[in-house]
Amino acid sequence: MTETPLIGAPAPEAGSNAALAGARIGVVTFPGTLDDRDAARAVRMAGGTPVQLWHADTSSDVLSDVDAVILPGGFSYGDYLRAGAIARFAPLMSRIIDAANSNAKLPVLGICNGFQMLTESHLLPGSMLKNDHLKFICRDQVLRVENNTTAWTTDFDANQEITVPLKNQDGQYLADDKTLDALEAEGRVVFRYVGFNPNGSRRDIAGIANEAGNVVGLMPHPEHAVETGYGPGSFENSSTSTDGLGFFTSVLNKLVGGTK
Amino acid sequence: MSEVSTGSTTEGVSTGSTTGAGSNSGDVSNTGPETVEIAPATAPVDRKFNIDTVDNAEKTPDTDLPWAELGLKDTEYQRVVEILGRRPTAAELAMYSVMWSEHCSYKSSKVHLRQFGDKVTDEMKEHLLVGIGENAGVVDIGEGWAVTFKVESHNHPSFVEPYQGAATGVGGIVRDIISMGARPVAVMDPLRFGAIDHPDTARLVHGIVSGIGGYGNSLGLPNIGGEVVFDSVYQGNPLVNALAVGVLRHEDIRLANASGAGNKVVLFGARTGGDGIGGASVLASESFDATKPSKRPAVQVGDPFAEKVLIECCLELFKAAVVEGIQDLGAAGISCATSELASNGDGGMHVELTKVLLRDPTLTPGEILMSESQERMMAVVTPENMAAFEAIMDKWAVEYSWLGEVTDTGRLIIDWDGETIVDVDPRTVAHEGPVYERPYARPEWLDGVQADSFTGGRPASGNELRDAVLQLMAAPNMASKKWVTDQYDRYVQGNTALAMPDDAGVIRVDEGSGLGVALSTDANGRYSYLSPYEGARLALAESYRNVATSGARPLAVTDCLNFGSPEDPDVMWQFAESVRGLSDACQELGVPVTGGNVSLYNQTGGVAIHPTPVVGVLGVFDDVARRTPSGWREDGQAVYLLGTTADELDGSEWANLQGHLGGLPPKADLDRERQLAEILINASRDGMVDAAHDLSEGGLAAALVESSLRYNTGARVALSEVCDRDGVDPFTLLFSESQGRAIVSVPRSEEIRFTDMCSARSFPTARIGVVDADSGSLEVQGLFTLPLDEVRKVNEEVLPKYFA
Repeated sequence: MTETPLIGAPAPEAGSNAALAGARIGVVTFPGTLDDRDAARAVRMAGGTPVQLWHADTSSDVLSDVDAVILPGGFSYGDYLRAGAIARFAPLMSRIIDAANSNAKLPVLGICNGFQMLTESHLLPGSMLKNDHLKFICRDQVLRVENNTTAWTTDFDANQEITVPLKNQDGQYLADDKTLDALEAEGRVVFRYVGFNPNGSRRDIAGIANEAGNVVGLMPHPEHAVETGYGPGSFENSSTSTDGLGFFTSVLNKLVGGTK
Repeated sequence: MSEVSTGSTTEGVSTGSTTGAGSNSGDVSNTGPETVEIAPATAPVDRKFNIDTVDNAEKTPDTDLPWAELGLKDTEYQRVVEILGRRPTAAELAMYSVMWSEHCSYKSSKVHLRQFGDKVTDEMKEHLLVGIGENAGVVDIGEGWAVTFKVESHNHPSFVEPYQGAATGVGGIVRDIISMGARPVAVMDPLRFGAIDHPDTARLVHGIVSGIGGYGNSLGLPNIGGEVVFDSVYQGNPLVNALAVGVLRHEDIRLANASGAGNKVVLFGARTGGDGIGGASVLASESFDATKPSKRPAVQVGDPFAEKVLIECCLELFKAAVVEGIQDLGAAGISCATSELASNGDGGMHVELTKVLLRDPTLTPGEILMSESQERMMAVVTPENMAAFEAIMDKWAVEYSWLGEVTDTGRLIIDWDGETIVDVDPRTVAHEGPVYERPYARPEWLDGVQADSFTGGRPASGNELRDAVLQLMAAPNMASKKWVTDQYDRYVQGNTALAMPDDAGVIRVDEGSGLGVALSTDANGRYSYLSPYEGARLALAESYRNVATSGARPLAVTDCLNFGSPEDPDVMWQFAESVRGLSDACQELGVPVTGGNVSLYNQTGGVAIHPTPVVGVLGVFDDVARRTPSGWREDGQAVYLLGTTADELDGSEWANLQGHLGGLPPKADLDRERQLAEILINASRDGMVDAAHDLSEGGLAAALVESSLRYNTGARVALSEVCDRDGVDPFTLLFSESQGRAIVSVPRSEEIRFTDMCSARSFPTARIGVVDADSGSLEVQGLFTLPLDEVRKVNEEVLPKYFA
């Protein structure tokens, strides 16, 4: 009997640029992860090769095969405790934390629930509360790229405004003033909401980076703005947006050592 | 309560106050605190004497059973006794009562629903892989892909407990889709509430919308459409219908049957608890009545995380090909799953009920059989595949327990600690329930209602018409539903090509070829109230038109028939007429009903809802990149009106605004609908139109405004030529709800090709204007100009005003 494919699993296909396709980006699936296949698609559309990673993998060389890691969106463990609070203790997370802090400075992108895991695991400062209006919100969100030197933002212009979908329940970014002042002073506020703060985040912060700039977390979903007709443009305005692609091309270009 | 009763229970047969938790039989050395002796001397604590076994039932034929409290009628109970040749055990009674409830057995509707199977042509069968009767129908969409979809109701639970009722409605329909072997890819929710300003409406809207979002968003399923309707007839009976669609390869279709004697039966997913006990029979089969005690405990509680894990885990089971048959647990829980699996397969099953993993160890066998705890599945696995099955369960940390095995005895036997408490022919439970020919008759009041045509206000001057359009777009039913849909994730999975507020939701199925599907749900209870037969045809016509407007070829139908009490001959007549109308219309349009659901007893204090046959139509695209959005975008494109307009204001949204409901609904001309659909589909495929929007509630006025607001793109239109052609005044042209109409925007370069196609089909077509992208307004020449900002404000502020 021929093997039945897992329905909806992305077909493995190499990108057209052999150098980029040689870059392997791990996408972690936790129980309750939702946007893992979307993140893998985004990596593929940017020309890289996505690698599925499983949260419970305990092998010591699990990360030796990947050049960067994405923690995708979703509701890991239902978010019944604080969002990301349980996923943070997954065996794979310990490896990721070590690799992100190591000299190699593994690039890590946390999207939505992934961002929440990054704050829970203290790779990034601050925390997330329920949206100030207490409802789930799904909308096309304009962001300003305030730091285009991180591992995930080099393909954007300084202060470029991009539109990507936002969809979350617990997206209100919170930190004490001292931390916020430090983030601002060190240029670690990577994205800010423009025009409308959708969740009450302090200082309109949508995403931040660690000091080295290899770890970036944000609430909006760039992996949902990589394909014309299936992203934000298909809804609230007539322009189509693939603004999210820049996240993935940035890290791929950095990994293959090329410049923009 | 003692802690020692791990898994063991007692079950009283005829009294409400049973012995509570008993001690472990024969275990004299248990170390917990002494069991509190609350049992009377005549009811020994040892459960062996309290379990109502088959042996015991034979020995005690005269024991009174609470069949009436469980919802069985006298004749139904007698029939159970006749089938078994003895009184049922308590556990058997629990099974029959839930499985023979209206909700599970369709006993009042069955005789009518047969028409959906009888009126089927070869054209309708062409794409049908699995028809009515399974968990959901399956339709061939080409390239080896199939789609399964179904709409169901969760009306009564959602009134009692809006959040959990709506949440578990999503959960239940999604499990139906999984159990066909499919990956769920989208959901839609047709909702109907009472008056927008009624004090109880906000409670329901908040609970139901957040329940749908809370559950569906956590599953990673895009919510791509549905309806939100406000009408005081739904005040005590909101309608919460949930549709799910899934995709699969042809070879992956799974059916719910238990075949192969010796194969193992396994229950997996969430543990069984006390939630939803009796939900199926008690909630769905009785009307709400203020004198009865609170039914809150009968509503199930959802755990979307458990369901998400269950989805992924089931898909891995399918991939590994380790299950022979699979069935979700919904209404009637284990009673339903065991009896349906057994009767659809080789006809026998033997299970040990104490193996069921429990959340609440005090549950009685009858309660375990009836429990509607969510996020559970039952599967049949060959002995060779047990290890592979267990490995997948362990990977996803899903709990499971092997309950027993398939047999060739033709009997469903359920044991409790080795003693038989159920011994039935599963077909008598699952498929041979009572069937009623309920009396029905055309209501006496209907003639008076139909004679009462709309004679109310007809604005005529430009200013009056302008105000009327603003008033229309601020009506609760026409208002923007953004406040609702922004609480749903429409992006997840990355395949959403269209979602609300477009005419249909569109999902890509194959990333390589672009093959995809469109879905729409529609119903107009006001039309159905005026004429149930015509109303059902109109619901199909609109849903079919919506799918075609997006550019997809309509292929199949699912329906959720929401009505009042079948014991009322007026209501039963409405139901019979609706089924007749819908089945006739399906035959005329050549689209089969593949499955659905009937929800009766939507009635409070003797007042029934309007007959509300919600019709979902599924269409297919060869390439979803060809989809047509509802808003125009390109400056200078020509706007065409397809179809003709008659004075059909009865039942319209305009009449509703004037507080009028009478006369006859618009006529459904299904030949016309078919022609219109062909034009819209061809125009989409060949790139002749850039936007299309169907005309339905609110007529041309609403369609023009909506197409303008969609991308904030204005237009200039002139109505006089069409008014002359159709012999109507501008008010009628703008507000009448004549069917078989749509507006499209056509690039200048395509106009000749487009008009040639329409005239070759002799389809009435009129160029009514041009897109004026930068004007920021909708101008109806000679009558009025409406700034888009102004109409957007009144359109978008309605829901936030009441609910934010």
